Amino acid sequence: MRFVFKRSYDDDIKLFKHRQQAGYYVLLLVLMMALPWLVDDFFLGEATNVLILAIAGMGLMLLTGQTGQVSLGHAAFMALGCYLNVILMQRGVPFIISLPLAGIITGIVGAIIAMPILRLHGIYLAIGTLAISVLSEDIIVISKKWTGGVIGLVAEPINIFGLDIDRYGTPILFYFLVLFVTLFVLLIFRNILRAPLGRAFAAIRDSEVSAQALGVNVTKTKITAFALSCGIVGLAGGLLGHFAGAFNHETFNLVLSIQLLLMIVIGGLGSIHGAFFGAVIVGFLPQLIAISRDGISSIFNLGSLPLPGIETASFAFILVIFIMFEPRGIYGVWIKIRTYFELFPFYRKNMFKRQKSYLKTERMK
Amino acid sequence: MSFITLENVTLRFGGLVAVNDVSFHVGEGEVFALVGPNGAGKSTIFNLISRIYNPASGDIRFKDKSILNLRPDQVPFLGIARTFQNIELFEQSTVLQNLLVGRHRHRKSNLLTEMFFAPNVRDEERRHRQVVEEVIDFLELQAYRDKYIAGLPYGVRKVVELARALATEPKVLLLDEPASGLSLEETNDMIFWIEDIKKQMGITVLMVEHDMNLVSSVSDRVLALADGKELAIGTPSQVQSHPAVIEAYLGTGQRISS
Amino acid sequence: MDILQLLISGLANGCVYGLIALGFVLIYKATEAVNFAQGDFMMFGAFITIWLTNADYMGINFYLAVPLAILIMGILGYLLDMLVIRRMFGQPQIAVVILTIAIGFILRFIAGVIWGHEPHLLETPFAGKELKIGSLVLGFEEIAIIIVTLLLTLFLFLFFRKAKLGQAMQAASQNQLAAYYVGIPVKKVQSLIWALAGVVAAVAGALFASKGAIDPSTGLLGIKAFAAAVIGGFGSLPGALIGGLIIGVVEPFAAYYLPAGYSQVAPYAIMLLVLILRPAGLFSQMQNKKV
Repeated sequence: MRFVFKRSYDDDIKLFKHRQQAGYYVLLLVLMMALPWLVDDFFLGEATNVLILAIAGMGLMLLTGQTGQVSLGHAAFMALGCYLNVILMQRGVPFIISLPLAGIITGIVGAIIAMPILRLHGIYLAIGTLAISVLSEDIIVISKKWTGGVIGLVAEPINIFGLDIDRYGTPILFYFLVLFVTLFVLLIFRNILRAPLGRAFAAIRDSEVSAQALGVNVTKTKITAFALSCGIVGLAGGLLGHFAGAFNHETFNLVLSIQLLLMIVIGGLGSIHGAFFGAVIVGFLPQLIAISRDGISSIFNLGSLPLPGIETASFAFILVIFIMFEPRGIYGVWIKIRTYFELFPFYRKNMFKRQKSYLKTERMK
Repeated sequence: MSFITLENVTLRFGGLVAVNDVSFHVGEGEVFALVGPNGAGKSTIFNLISRIYNPASGDIRFKDKSILNLRPDQVPFLGIARTFQNIELFEQSTVLQNLLVGRHRHRKSNLLTEMFFAPNVRDEERRHRQVVEEVIDFLELQAYRDKYIAGLPYGVRKVVELARALATEPKVLLLDEPASGLSLEETNDMIFWIEDIKKQMGITVLMVEHDMNLVSSVSDRVLALADGKELAIGTPSQVQSHPAVIEAYLGTGQRISS
Repeated sequence: MDILQLLISGLANGCVYGLIALGFVLIYKATEAVNFAQGDFMMFGAFITIWLTNADYMGINFYLAVPLAILIMGILGYLLDMLVIRRMFGQPQIAVVILTIAIGFILRFIAGVIWGHEPHLLETPFAGKELKIGSLVLGFEEIAIIIVTLLLTLFLFLFFRKAKLGQAMQAASQNQLAAYYVGIPVKKVQSLIWALAGVVAAVAGALFASKGAIDPSTGLLGIKAFAAAVIGGFGSLPGALIGGLIIGVVEPFAAYYLPAGYSQVAPYAIMLLVLILRPAGLFSQMQNKKV
């Protein structure tokens, strides 16, 4: 176990706990930068997808993991970001402005929707946001004039300062674009967490009464969290539009909303790592299933069994296992493994044992 | 000057009169205690001052200005901090982070500067930390500084709650049963701290407490309540020997044994 | 007579929504968890009934098959709680929400693997029979749905009001620890509730499959049932039924009078309105926490 001796207040404020930790992350970043030359185009596309999912995951994590407000409707805001970005681009706005603008407008819309919806607690909030997700699909179909209805829209290629960026034409550039947005969102996320606002979020998550008694305007802070979360998810949506090329209302259906939530739960609620771990699982699961299915059917000579829904189902199964045995998700497992090696050979099995507790009624808010 | 004034305050929950026509004032620099059996309306008075409840009638004033038009989250900005009877800490945060939330009323940065962690945010953070470190030193919480609340023993949590309230740099501190559940030793620490808070920091203290040892050692004045009504007000010894108070605690026709 | 016809078919649909909503409310009332898989329970119950009854599969007599399906779903509910849900003791409500969403996905997948994705219809003895009153034509299925739903709701309502077990269930939800202390076998009670939710789901499934075809994604109907439960305010059994009926009746009328595309929006729009105007539903149970 490494003990950090703190010498100044800045030791708590800095982005990294100590030099070694900063070193690890620089190494990771270098690896990410070199990735296009290490893997083929297909894998790079998958990695891009994972990064987009991670951005969306961070967006939802800010709301659910940090502020404790559940949303089952975030696909709606991804859709909004995606459609706004493409609609703006169709009207001649360059991508470099349209994407941030799409994010900002999505954030503002999120804030407006948050005002009534965040008065709800617990399951009511979950159901209310679920309704938003279902409604958004219908709204996309109805507002055909803008969204192309069931046919959907096609994302134009991106042009930044004369540089053409396209998912298929120039996958490396597109990857770097997504990586840049990921890092940008990551930095903002970290900054907020170490600032008063981030602490106010955590305060609301853990005890609204006492947050209020310390001067946190609970309603306003929750709305801020929702708006920020929607804005980030809107950015992810904008990128997803370009990644998918063509999209319609079904791209952003309820299943995506639910998947986003399940993703951050599997990854580990309340940590930035969790958003990334979850994104990796969701992003690579389909490949993993395809490979293992090929393996199984070649052994048993089954041919190719059509099993629609197997991806969501195995994903759900993994989630059930995690919720039952490691509610802190992959991040929790990660911490345990890390502690094991740091303390070797002094790790005790029950170090992270949770205290048994009983249901506390949530009918009292 | 009178810091906190309650004037003929009444609060009803349905048919139950929780607080019945209560009036008192707490002067600057005073330690004022509310005592009384369970259900006397002591914590309810705290919740009235915190604006969690609205009184049916009467007025609550801070420095001669009514606070009845304020939202609960505006009350701390006046310099009124409080603790809770059943500890309401932020379980998933460290002690340091808990205390830093206490600095929220001094926040000057906004969403935009915090998103990019502008230099002024950093400067402010340093100032917040300085205040918080002083509180940590004062209440001897150094050992728990970076520990998560979820793993802390009860006695320490009580102290962290007090620390968090102090981190707001209050003028008035509302302590809801600061010694409940504490050991004799911990209670003695609490007595010293409350005295220091009064004498060194010059903070006015309004508290609810059952432990008469603590009440009589630190309070200047005591108000005894029963069933939402005032029974007696005065110095600790005056109130303790007041016949109405003895009756409320021990019932009529009973003699005090031992 | 058009309007009356719409009304009856809407009521029959509403009963199914109401029954799914009853499942939500049952579990919520007793364990304060929300079973997001209740719609998929219904779907699963329907498939089991079809599997037992239809000539293509087992071909058992209808009146024997339905109680059997109900029993199977009851056991399934009990086991699910015993093996999975019970481990969630003391964890936040939302963990159970996420868990049940996942279980819903898994049930949908299993149903797809076993019975495929083509629509199935339950072969009932009263299929195609009609009751004519003047110009009004009532399908036997519709009448059966309405009658069975009313009886079931009444039974559950009385069960929670009068029966000892029902009261124990209520007590267990409000304070698990205290319920333990007064000798209520909280764990068993909780499993029984899940069994009961399985039973209700099987009834709803059988009724639904007798009226319209079902496939594994029918479980998504559960979302409409949420609207019903929300309107009823999650704690009230008759409220859930009334909510279901409101949603059921609004739907055909919206489809009839509104332009295409807008009608699907109606149930959710109503739900959002109720949520915003009366955040805890029309029959509120929320209280403020004491500090």
